[in-house]
Amino acid sequence: MTDRASIIAVLSALAIAAGGAALGTAGQVPQPAGDAPIIIAQATGAQATGPSAANTFNRLMKRPGSEPNIQPSKDGIHDPANPGTALLQWPSEAFAGFPRTNDGNRVDWVKTLAAGLIRPWTELEDPEAEPFLMDLTIVRQVKGSMPNVVYPHLEHTQWLDCTNCHDEIFVPEKGANQISMAGILLGQKCGICHGRVAFPISDCRRCHSQPKTAEELRQLSEKSSWAKQ
Amino acid sequence: MRASKRRSLALGIMGLLFVALSVGTWFASSDDAAAEYGDVIINNYSDDAAMRPVIFPHWFHRIRFRCKVCHADLGFRFKAGGNDINMLKIFDGEYCGACHNGRIAWGVENCVLCHSGKPNMKTGVHNSTSDRLVAPVGR
Ligand code: HEC
Ligand code: HEC
Ligand code: HEC
Ligand code: HEC
Ligand code: HEC
Ligand code: HEC
Repeated sequence: MTDRASIIAVLSALAIAAGGAALGTAGQVPQPAGDAPIIIAQATGAQATGPSAANTFNRLMKRPGSEPNIQPSKDGIHDPANPGTALLQWPSEAFAGFPRTNDGNRVDWVKTLAAGLIRPWTELEDPEAEPFLMDLTIVRQVKGSMPNVVYPHLEHTQWLDCTNCHDEIFVPEKGANQISMAGILLGQKCGICHGRVAFPISDCRRCHSQPKTAEELRQLSEKSSWAKQ
Repeated sequence: MRASKRRSLALGIMGLLFVALSVGTWFASSDDAAAEYGDVIINNYSDDAAMRPVIFPHWFHRIRFRCKVCHADLGFRFKAGGNDINMLKIFDGEYCGACHNGRIAWGVENCVLCHSGKPNMKTGVHNSTSDRLVAPVGR
């Protein structure tokens, strides 16, 4: 008797949990903002069926709505059972007060450094050493409508050494390197760092920062088929 | 009778907790999408040596060091898993051991701070733009 009752209790707990999980998925469907919708007629069985779980938003997205800068024990890669995990710093704590962006670490590292909020060493044995900066900007003409790419040496030499890029990644000669957006997305050229450690590719305008002139845009649209009609 | 009711209630609650927990851990282990951008998992040797994989956090180190220190002066190549790091090299002051020596940073005896990943994870940088593409790159 006792055993039967407990089995039933466990089964009902399972049912409740399963129901909860099903509700959880259905809950991802965005609800209209504002007041609750007015229900005119409650069709029988509507509650039981609901919208199909197959037709959600963000069907393919890899991280719909996950929290940024989450603590290591919940980030999916650190093992919560490892005794060291609880000692690690939370990114959200370290980043408090840093200028923010919408992706990557959600930190604007260029502004954070310029504002003096961090003071990363340049030499291992000399905390006072200053980096060797070079202010040389290279503009790359971009095919199509996207603004041209402005490559600034200044912001890069704040972090990197010339040998990090020259000559292994880029030949030091304006226009001598073949760079394409597809290659960058695959992790080549600018994509060796951007999309992995430096700000990610989703931040198009930080690279594509020099708008085409009105004349260039006019010539572009003249090429389109609708303009020829 | 009362006692048995209480017992079955307790068992029921335990069942519920068990289900909630297993659903929770299942989600956690199947999803690295919350990993901090730039975290590198290094697992060339760790799994085979029954150690947890190493997680190197870029965000934490770049607050303290410019990229140059590691990638030019200490010779880390820009390739997750591409430096053939092992404990002997670290103990001899190379790679992580150039700093994790009890002077610049805590020493190698703190195994669990570096070997902190879930077992069986692939070597690689996490949450990269290419990881998160929903369609392959093509023309
Ligand atoms: C250029 C020096 C340097 C190198 C190289 C280095 N670290 Fe560190 N690391 C530090 C310093 C400094 C700290 C902070 C120590 C402290 O808080 O006492 C640190 C802290 C850490 C932390 C703890 C972060 C936290 O949340 O507190 C981990 C994990 C770590 N390092 C892993 C590694 C691994 C793995 C490597 C090699 C692949 C490595 N480090 C190479 C300097 C370095
Ligand atoms: C983050 C990578 C990176 C770093 C670091 C870097 N460069 Fe460059 N450099 C580039 C790129 C990209 C170009 C443009 C190449 C092109 O247009 O094909 C370039 C171009 C050049 C050119 C050619 C300019 C011209 O007008 O033809 C010189 C010279 C140069 N770099 C010197 C340096 C020096 C000196 C340093 C260190 C102080 C340095 N670079 C650091 C990426 C880098
Ligand atoms: C070796 C690594 C590396 C390579 C290669 C690289 N970058 Fe960067 N870039 C950085 C780092 C580090 C920063 C600092 C900001 C950050 O980390 O988010 C930066 C910053 C920038 C900024 C400054 C943004 C601002 O807010 O001022 C621009 C623009 C940029 N990169 C464009 C490029 C372009 C275009 C290329 C390819 C021609 C390129 N980068 C190649 C590492 C790199
Ligand atoms: C890290 C810098 C960087 C970021 C971020 C970036 N681009 Fe680019 N993009 C480039 C460079 C460099 C080129 C090549 C320019 C050239 O031809 O010299 C390019 C070229 C292009 C082209 C022309 C086609 C081609 O392959 O040459 C398009 C379109 C483009 N980018 C769109 C985008 C869009 C959309 C985004 C945001 C999702 C983006 N880019 C983000 C650097 C960047
Ligand atoms: C500063 C970070 C750091 C610390 C602290 C550390 N390790 Fe490692 N360890 C590494 C890295 C990085 C690797 C290479 C990982 C790989 O490729 O799988 C490694 C690899 C290993 C390996 C496999 C390769 C080999 O050399 O045999 C073993 C076993 C190992 N560590 C044990 C330990 C033990 C035990 C401790 C504590 C006494 C420890 N580690 C502390 C970073 C660290
Ligand atoms: C404290 C040392 C340290 C600092 C500082 C550091 N890195 Fe790294 N970086 C590493 C280590 C360790 C790896 C992994 C190497 C391995 O697995 O063998 C790595 C890997 C990389 C990779 C390769 C990722 C891939 O695609 O496989 C890139 C790109 C990179 N770092 C860029 C940067 C940039 C940009 C900066 C500065 C903003 C930076 N790193 C600062 C230690 C450092």
